[in-house]
Amino acid sequence: MKVLDATRPGKAPAAPAPRRRAARPRIAPLVGIVLAALAAEIVPRTGLIAGDALPPLSSVLAELGRQAGDAALWEALGRTVRTWAVGLVVAVVAGVVVGVLIGLVPILRAITASTVEFLRPIPSVALIPAVILVFGTGFESGVVLIVYAGFWQVLVQVLYGVQDIDPVAHDTARSYRFSVWGRVRYVIWPTALPFVFTGIRLAASVALVLAITGELVIGTPGIGQLISVAQSSGATTEMFALVLVTGVLGVLVNTGFRYAERAVLGWHPSVRRSAGAR
Amino acid sequence: MTDMVSVKGLNKVYESAGRRVEAIGDITFSVARGEFACIVGPSGAGKTTLLKCLAGLLTPTAGEVLLDGVPVTGPPPGMAVVFQEYGRSLFPWKTVRQNIDLPLRQKKLPRAERDRLVTDSLGAVGLADAGDAYPWQLSGGMQQRVAIARAVAYEPQVLLMDEPFAAVDAQTRADLEDLVRSLWRSLGITTLFVTHDIDEAVYLGERVLVLSASPTCVLDDVPIGLPAERDQVTSRSTSAFAELRTRVHRGIQDAKAGRRTSGAAA
Repeated sequence: MKVLDATRPGKAPAAPAPRRRAARPRIAPLVGIVLAALAAEIVPRTGLIAGDALPPLSSVLAELGRQAGDAALWEALGRTVRTWAVGLVVAVVAGVVVGVLIGLVPILRAITASTVEFLRPIPSVALIPAVILVFGTGFESGVVLIVYAGFWQVLVQVLYGVQDIDPVAHDTARSYRFSVWGRVRYVIWPTALPFVFTGIRLAASVALVLAITGELVIGTPGIGQLISVAQSSGATTEMFALVLVTGVLGVLVNTGFRYAERAVLGWHPSVRRSAGAR
Repeated sequence: MTDMVSVKGLNKVYESAGRRVEAIGDITFSVARGEFACIVGPSGAGKTTLLKCLAGLLTPTAGEVLLDGVPVTGPPPGMAVVFQEYGRSLFPWKTVRQNIDLPLRQKKLPRAERDRLVTDSLGAVGLADAGDAYPWQLSGGMQQRVAIARAVAYEPQVLLMDEPFAAVDAQTRADLEDLVRSLWRSLGITTLFVTHDIDEAVYLGERVLVLSASPTCVLDDVPIGLPAERDQVTSRSTSAFAELRTRVHRGIQDAKAGRRTSGAAA
């Protein structure tokens, strides 16, 4: 009994902890945003950075408000998002199909392993000159870059996912004589799905980086090109307003996919646990 | 009675780089149509290897398995397996009904018949209301009931069970034993039940095969002459039960001591 009593005081304060933990995330990020905004407002005003290179946040926001009324911004944004989306979809579909195929056939896996390990680390940016030579400076070049970068992210995750299949689940499917397609659709695909989502999320952010980079370097119309033009014409406030837009785009992409993941993977232990804690 | 399952000179050797492990030495036995046979052996006796060879999930090194006279070369039609790890055998991304339905879809049964089989089998295992739940929302015992329902709905000629109750608590275990026993009596499916639990084997089976330690052979073949109507309390306290239990237990002791010949221990 003594021992039990002794442990009790230690346990009691632990009980209300979840409530405190639940409240903290709501305030903490706001504090972070406010601090960052203050820094972005004050640092430029101190004159630490020479001249007009770094405008204060308030004027950047004002500029952004002005730009929001301009169709040019929305058109550029539309183009960037289109390049991003088309590239991402192609990368994901190709990554999933090739990944499942390689994952299912051990010989294919052995043959491709070294090639994958060689091609995967090549930064897409290094391919920009080659892509321009082959595809020109249009929309396709951006898409190709995104497909190249995103494909590996998805492929590697799908390969992990297919490997993660539970031997008992696999034996169950085999003993009930599931067809190859039945096994892919009802056992392998659901097992790999959490990995696929991770791959898509990684690919989505990489794709955004490359969509902007492609526009900056190649000059394809889009937000990246607007940033480049603003910079070369000395419109730093406008440039930062556009940078802010890309940041917002990144956040939207990430949260969007997180929500989708939760909705689709309701059965998965990681989602189950967080749903239970809520 | 004709033989439903017939195992002849089964031998299984696992070979990997520089290592050769003979899991199953030489196993020969047969199980009659509609019989309930339990297979017991000490741990590491190759029970799971034997069951996987029976299920067509592993290819034997030598010898053969016949199912209703047809050699088993892969998972045969008309066989259902209930695994010990119910949590991993049921698909967590499917509801209970969908889990039972999936093998029936693979069998290409018409929808109406599938619905009937799923409903009937869920009723038979006492889970008529749990169909829309996900397996992980159920207790361990209920999950294993779902796995049994899935096997029963498949309408197999042979039901293989690999230590199905090793991971549930004692009371749930007793309930599940009675469930399996009553399902067998009402459906008459030829059942092979692998277990390491001597009492469970004697209580459930019409016959108990005692395996030796690895490399495995059959040490003893014990007919269980208990009445068909069995009860957890009264059946287990009869002197006949105690005698059978002693005989099987002695066999297991011998197996652990390393006896290999299948001498008549009666």
